[in-house]
Amino acid sequence: MAARFDGDTTYNNYMAGSGLGKYNKHTMVKSEMVTLNNLTISYQSHPALHHLSGSFSTGSLTAVMGPNGAGKSTLLKSLAQLIPPDKAVSNRGDNPALKINVPRHRIGYLSQTSELDKTFPISVLNCVALGCWNSAGAWSAVTAPMRNAIGNAIHVVGLQGFEDRSIGSLSGGQFQRVLFARLLVQDADLILLDEPFNGIDSATSAVLMAIVLQWHQLGRTVIAALHDKTLVQNHFPSTLLLARELVAWGKTAEVLSATNLGRALGMAEAWDESAAVCTVSGTTFTQSQRPA
Amino acid sequence: MIDIAAFGWATLIAPFYEFVFMRRALVATLALALSAAPLGVFLTLRRMSLLGDALSHAVLPGVAIGFIVSGMSLTAMAIGGVVAGMTVAAIAGLVTRFTLLKEDASLTATYLVALALGVTLITVNGSQLDLLRILFGSALGVDNSGLLLVASVSSVSLVALSAMYRGLVLETFDPIFLASVANQRQRGWIWQQGFLMLVVINLVAGFQTLGTLLSVGLMMLPAVSARLWHASLGSQLVNASAQAMLAGAVGLLLSYHFDTPSGPTIIGCSGALYFVSLLFAPGGLLPRWWTSTHRVA
Repeated sequence: MAARFDGDTTYNNYMAGSGLGKYNKHTMVKSEMVTLNNLTISYQSHPALHHLSGSFSTGSLTAVMGPNGAGKSTLLKSLAQLIPPDKAVSNRGDNPALKINVPRHRIGYLSQTSELDKTFPISVLNCVALGCWNSAGAWSAVTAPMRNAIGNAIHVVGLQGFEDRSIGSLSGGQFQRVLFARLLVQDADLILLDEPFNGIDSATSAVLMAIVLQWHQLGRTVIAALHDKTLVQNHFPSTLLLARELVAWGKTAEVLSATNLGRALGMAEAWDESAAVCTVSGTTFTQSQRPA
Repeated sequence: MIDIAAFGWATLIAPFYEFVFMRRALVATLALALSAAPLGVFLTLRRMSLLGDALSHAVLPGVAIGFIVSGMSLTAMAIGGVVAGMTVAAIAGLVTRFTLLKEDASLTATYLVALALGVTLITVNGSQLDLLRILFGSALGVDNSGLLLVASVSSVSLVALSAMYRGLVLETFDPIFLASVANQRQRGWIWQQGFLMLVVINLVAGFQTLGTLLSVGLMMLPAVSARLWHASLGSQLVNASAQAMLAGAVGLLLSYHFDTPSGPTIIGCSGALYFVSLLFAPGGLLPRWWTSTHRVA
């Protein structure tokens, strides 16, 4: 299979050809894409995310790191508005717990692959075409520009010739390429990736990472939950280190210090079934915690 | 030659040509096959193969109330069945949405209560025979109003399924993605509840022909077999309908010639097709054993 990626050329052709890739200037003006203010999300009163405050600036490329159970997936799901913040903590009005500066349909979310049924009888082409849902919806036709965008996205991820294959016949890496192609078609301003390189070989990771970097160059805001420290150090300018609470947030090199990583591990392992009810009401992390 | 033609006429055509009740039964079964089997394919894809079974039990209290109010009136029992089935589906859906119970658990709990209620209502107010008629139906007793019911349900289902197709496929395949892209009005539960309603009305349409217990057979058996034959969803849907229709026609003929109960015979034929599919379909047993060669890439 051709694991080919032409870098700039292919991607730029894709953006130019689709007619869908014109960057929304309206969103460029605002400097904060996402603002969190005491964001707390609990499962049965136990917080998976505890009083998280800070902001992701527009066009930033941020890795969310932390041990298992640190709340990375929970954070991304809440950014995708799949789960609501706790009611007691979120103060609506001027300071909502979660403020996102783009409408919902400009957000692209990639869940962990394990949450999908790969035996479903759907072709690669149709699966990528699902990225058109926002423009085509449940009933409208898939137009020629959309078809163009779909074809180009399949080309960018290196799956040309696979259009009619059913997804059940794909390898894990190929399937992840399909999901990235769907994200390309979605053409979102805020892109959320939940462990996108889990169980993916280095060749495919390189192709997908190149796409992430292209998004960054185009000014999209990308937030990715990751475990691979080297990958983060090499490619991600900012990092948010979580352990249910904020451990550190800022430049990757500063955040991923041995001290911080050790603290994150220690915090995540602490679990108290009979923990007292939290009474913190308004601690806000200010400028110093923001990513550079 | 003439003997063969005469024999073929006598076995395959004459029963339908000569008897009105056979023609009615055939039309009702074919219409049911056309709409119920594709729904079954979606049920298997959603890993809810047993949901049809649960819902077929859930319609019973409604049917019973219809029976108590106006005797063996098809209209009353059908309306009661639809209301009961949708109520059970809605309660189970709400429990799933707002508690930590998964769909199978909440539905099982709800339908068991409904089933107990239904059996109690019928046995207190009717006889064992009435209960048997409702549970097992009789394809040969389909009257004009029954035919009208089945035909309407079949038409409505096919139109609704076509309209819902894209949303339903996405909601079945990747509900998280749908939730992340869809606006409020097109959230997953709309597709899911709409789909469940189609399942309910098809089960109710099948209850006079096949009985509440077996109407789910024409929905699920062809659907399960169809998955073994094709890799694409469209082909699976067509295959399921075709198998259900074949089973319906052959089942009616067998039941006519050998004097067996029509409903179970139809489902039996469907079972035979399932057995054949298990052995010979590309996804079945024998092709896997026979394939000893492999390609270079």
